[in-house]
Amino acid sequence: MPMHIGEKEFSSRVNKGLEDDFMRGAVRSAQGRLQTNRAKAADELGDWEEWRYLGQEIRQHTMENLDFYLKQLSEKVAERGGHVYFAETAEDANNYVKQVINKKNAKKVAKSKSMVTEEIALNDALEEQGCEVVETDLGEYILQIDDHDPPSHIVAPALHKNKEQIRDVFKDKLGYTNTEKPEELTLFAREQLRKEFLAADVGITGCNFAVAESGSFALVTNEGNARMVSTLPKTQITVMGMERIVPTWEELDVMVSLLTRAAVGQKLTSYVTALTGPKDETEVDGPEEFHLVIVDNGRSKILGTEFQEALHCIRCAACINVCPVYRHVGGHAYGSIYPGPIGAVLTPLLGGYEDYKELPYASSLCGACTEVCPVKIPLHEQLILHRKKIVEDEKKSGFGENVAMSGFGIMAGSSRLFNTATRMAPYLVTPYAKDNAISKGPGPVKPWTDIRDLPVPQKERFRDWFKSRKTGG
Amino acid sequence: MKVSLFITCIGDIFYVNAGKASVELLERFGCEVDFPVTQTCCGQPAYNSGYHEKTKAAAINMINSFEHAEYVVCPSGSCAYMFHEYESLFKGDSKWEEKAGKLKQKTFELTQFLTEILGVEDTGAEFHGKATYHSSCHMTRLLGVTEAPFKLLRNVKGLELIDLPNRHDCCGFGGTFAVKMSSISEQMVDEKIEHVEETKANFLIGADGGCLMNIGGRIQRNEKSIKVMHIAEVLNSRGEA
Repeated sequence: MPMHIGEKEFSSRVNKGLEDDFMRGAVRSAQGRLQTNRAKAADELGDWEEWRYLGQEIRQHTMENLDFYLKQLSEKVAERGGHVYFAETAEDANNYVKQVINKKNAKKVAKSKSMVTEEIALNDALEEQGCEVVETDLGEYILQIDDHDPPSHIVAPALHKNKEQIRDVFKDKLGYTNTEKPEELTLFAREQLRKEFLAADVGITGCNFAVAESGSFALVTNEGNARMVSTLPKTQITVMGMERIVPTWEELDVMVSLLTRAAVGQKLTSYVTALTGPKDETEVDGPEEFHLVIVDNGRSKILGTEFQEALHCIRCAACINVCPVYRHVGGHAYGSIYPGPIGAVLTPLLGGYEDYKELPYASSLCGACTEVCPVKIPLHEQLILHRKKIVEDEKKSGFGENVAMSGFGIMAGSSRLFNTATRMAPYLVTPYAKDNAISKGPGPVKPWTDIRDLPVPQKERFRDWFKSRKTGG
Repeated sequence: MKVSLFITCIGDIFYVNAGKASVELLERFGCEVDFPVTQTCCGQPAYNSGYHEKTKAAAINMINSFEHAEYVVCPSGSCAYMFHEYESLFKGDSKWEEKAGKLKQKTFELTQFLTEILGVEDTGAEFHGKATYHSSCHMTRLLGVTEAPFKLLRNVKGLELIDLPNRHDCCGFGGTFAVKMSSISEQMVDEKIEHVEETKANFLIGADGGCLMNIGGRIQRNEKSIKVMHIAEVLNSRGEA
């Protein structure tokens, strides 16, 4: 399972997260900062809600006509002399990239940030055949140096580390001697990376948005590394999820505005790089050879289902940055390179319920994710849909819960049974009640009372009071 | 004006005083309050857990119970919103979808009803104390009731209302989430209580029984002195705090 990270059991991953005070401190402060910046950048536009509607419409239109736009995109890329490969699976995609690299006899690959290559575990595949892969996004670079620590966030992959930890990684692995000041750390990384850009035989980039009308690719960064990766090496490979596409430059404008504001609270990032195929005779810069790998890896199975909106995601991480569950457990607890609310929706779709059936339950359904999503994906509703599927179609909900919910359903559906049960309740819990509270509850009540008291059901229920009040005058 | 009270299962069994206060408040503003005795639970625990088929009997019972109501008023934003969900529960079943649509149109959360329908902003309440208010997620984000509780609370004589830091964060209740993911829920509720303590308030006011049961239960477990109250009790109070 390429996109899987960490231990197998969901509960062990959660416990590990909850016990990691450093991580939780780092996540908490990053979330606070990102939330404030996002809100400010959204307000600045003045009509953020209308932008969201527009974003939603663009994504919906594109998904409904995805076959058309993918065809247009690949034709345009081919017209410009690029090579296009449709990869049905992660393995297909990796094999194609390996083949290109073998043909070029490449020893070193420089990569800019890409979630889809994490999803298909491209680095592992290339390293297996003896190719050196260098991540050039600062966050990814830190993680790679730190013995391939997996990303915990889709925009800020090293969000779980604080600056002291980063200093220690650089010190232990690269002999860094300066302080934990971000400026010094960044300068050091920049010096290391500059050599790598120049030495790389092949550059691999992800893709924020492909523009179908011109066969172009937009990459959004604050470090400029994507520009280096896509201009210095002689061969360039761009890997994209098949849904990462906009019809024209006009829609790109809207989507980039939504992305940078929602992701990092910026009007625009420092660099927005747009690439169109290999360089032609009139151009000085750019790669001599260009390959586009379009990855399906389960996406086409989502099209046309009740989960299609999950494909609208533009990977801004706004939902992750507001999620209280993510704040406490951290990204690694999700067991997937896609964490947080969007990860809880997307991961089971791409990786299956067998490995990820707990994820849709890792949410209190507070709706904070749905509220901030710049393309209006109803994330918490998608989580309920997953639960419905797990319960009603897959029948994976567990015997105890199923019995309890059947009992609940019957009781709540019958006023007579409900009336009897609620009248009996105070008497049934008498052995457990003390000072009008239950602190050690039996059976199904136990997980509740493990951490909090439960009020005692009242002998005079509201309905009894209302009735006596009426009859009493 | 005739109002049918949807008391919620939590309100019927645990928070009886909040229900009494709701009735008295509504009557004070000229409503004739009716309590359809066949009402049970809205079915939200099953619905949100994915048991949609098993939710239908509860939903049908509730739709029938309130079929003849002029207005349905509920002292819980989350349960009121569940009535709004029935339409999608019965999607494709035209008979019940239509009935669900009608129920949705006439269902209101208590503070929403007081401000939007009755036009009340001052309930004439008097409550002496320092308090903060917990905005519950479903009421604000899903039902869209954000300002009504504040409008009403600001006019309570003697009440010092302090802003709750990070007030849009979930308290960690989330229905079955509180028991299914109790270790995460515990961290969320503790964080909420930390923020409540930062305000130095003596009272935590809320408009949703579920959240109050969660935050209040944790406060009680950790033997803290903050008192948890339903907003109806505060708005109906006459200075006896």
